[in-house]
Amino acid sequence: MIKLFIEINHVQKQYADKNNHQVDILKDINLGVNKGEFVSILGPSGCGKSTLLSIVAGLTPATGGEILVSRKRIEKSGKDRGMVFQQAALFPWLNVLENVIFPLKKEMPKKQAEEQAKKYLQMVQLSNYLSHYPHELSGGMQQRVAISRALAMNPDILLMDEPFGALDEQTRSRLHDQLETIWSETQKTILFVTHSISESIKLSDRIVVMGIKPGVILKDIKVDIPRSRHEHKKEMVELEEYIMGFLKKEIDKVIREELTHES
Amino acid sequence: MNPNIKRILFFTVLIAFWYTGSKLEWWLPIILPAPEKVLEALLTGFQDKTLVYDLIASFKRLAIGLGLSLVIGTGLGVLLAKSKTADETLGTVVLALQSVPSIIWLPLAIMWFGMNEKAVIFVVVLGGTFVMTLNIRVGIKNVSPLFIKAAKTMGVNGWDLYKRVIFPAAIPYVVTGSRLAWAFAWRALMAGELLSTGPGLGYTLRYASDFGDMALVIGVMIIIGFIGTIVDQLIFQRIEKSVLNRWGLES
Ligand SMILES: Nc1ncnc2c1ncn2[C@@H]1O[C@H](COP(=O)(O)OP(=O)(O)OP(=O)(O)O)[C@@H](O)[C@H]1O
Ligand SMILES: [Mg+2]
Repeated sequence: MIKLFIEINHVQKQYADKNNHQVDILKDINLGVNKGEFVSILGPSGCGKSTLLSIVAGLTPATGGEILVSRKRIEKSGKDRGMVFQQAALFPWLNVLENVIFPLKKEMPKKQAEEQAKKYLQMVQLSNYLSHYPHELSGGMQQRVAISRALAMNPDILLMDEPFGALDEQTRSRLHDQLETIWSETQKTILFVTHSISESIKLSDRIVVMGIKPGVILKDIKVDIPRSRHEHKKEMVELEEYIMGFLKKEIDKVIREELTHES
Repeated sequence: MNPNIKRILFFTVLIAFWYTGSKLEWWLPIILPAPEKVLEALLTGFQDKTLVYDLIASFKRLAIGLGLSLVIGTGLGVLLAKSKTADETLGTVVLALQSVPSIIWLPLAIMWFGMNEKAVIFVVVLGGTFVMTLNIRVGIKNVSPLFIKAAKTMGVNGWDLYKRVIFPAAIPYVVTGSRLAWAFAWRALMAGELLSTGPGLGYTLRYASDFGDMALVIGVMIIIGFIGTIVDQLIFQRIEKSVLNRWGLES
């Protein structure tokens, strides 16, 4: 039997709505991820993708179920799980190098931390910007710093919540390539949340499609297109259409809900 | 036109008007003495060192008072930001205290401490503390949750989280709070000195007025205004600008 690296078992999340009723946001989520796998989580807005990722990161407690990493139940956030948010979340009072050193500070001598930070900044091709401050960088550059900051503490797992959502198409496509390279070089296990079907097809080994109200996993699709994938446009388009058709029903459901709410 | 040139022109015209008006006796010297008389009074003051001692005395009180108010203000601000109960009780008091000029405490302070240094410093402390408190409180409450989440995923928790993320993130508010605390403390100091004993700029101002030395009155007023402007514009506003810029809070 293959041992799963991350096991998400019967995870539930409820929030109290304004009438103090408990609302199911995530309902019985079960998902296993192998070591080194790149898994995308795809679903309409509000289905609980960020909540799920935040639970895996240990930032939000689940109201039920458990998450195991290497068979050990996780209780809180830790350096084994690096996270990249949609907004870069760089600390504006630190320059690029200092930002990437931030998670390493108490771990190792200053010199070594600096070396390690530089290594990961080189990976995202930002070696020439070490002493720049975040406000002097473009959005794409900031996001690359955030990625190298998460990588610098050498986590086993990289959690990414729509990391490229705020970027333009070209920048996004460049970063896809960089991320793919980094992933194959570092062998990280990646959980990648996105709205974009094409993004998930381009990058991932598996696509987990979520539905809404309550958030559940509808489908777990293996992407069998060989890399690099831009040489296989036809298969990608086919898969995209398949998923689109599938998701359309869910999105229609959201729109119907919103309309009934308004009236 | 360069704003500095505009300013120089403006002040030249103003002083020229003042000079001409005095020469042609449009008003009595006791109402407004001629500019050269004011200059003379200032020069004499600095030569016989009385103004120098005044400045030193005033700045000493300000340094102690403002220093204390920044420390107390920061402490109170952190408390209000962290404790909901403190915010709901003490926070209301702080708001009320902030809305009154601190000089109204002087009579009470004189009863408590006597007509001396301490009474004035007390008023200065009250002048600066609360505005600092309110700024620190908002600064800590406004720290982006994203920063805190990011720090947690990097293994930073507890006191470290304060030291490495929350306080640095609140620095723009510390700067603004300090600038306002300085402004309030400076006003409180002048008011306090006018009403108490010397040496000090405020005291000399009243003393000169009591003896009808209008040239010195105007001279001291100019010094007070000058210091206020220099500290605010050249020191605080510059720091504030560069901090806001780096923290990405400026459009
Ligand atoms: N702190 C909270 N309190 C109450 N409800 C919340 C809270 N956080 C999230 N929710 C609700 O949980 C649901 C899922 O939110 P979540 O942010 O996980 O969605 P998402 O799939 O990431 O959406 P998007 O694609 O727009 O980012 C939403 O309906 C949201 O209103
Ligand atoms: Mg989200």
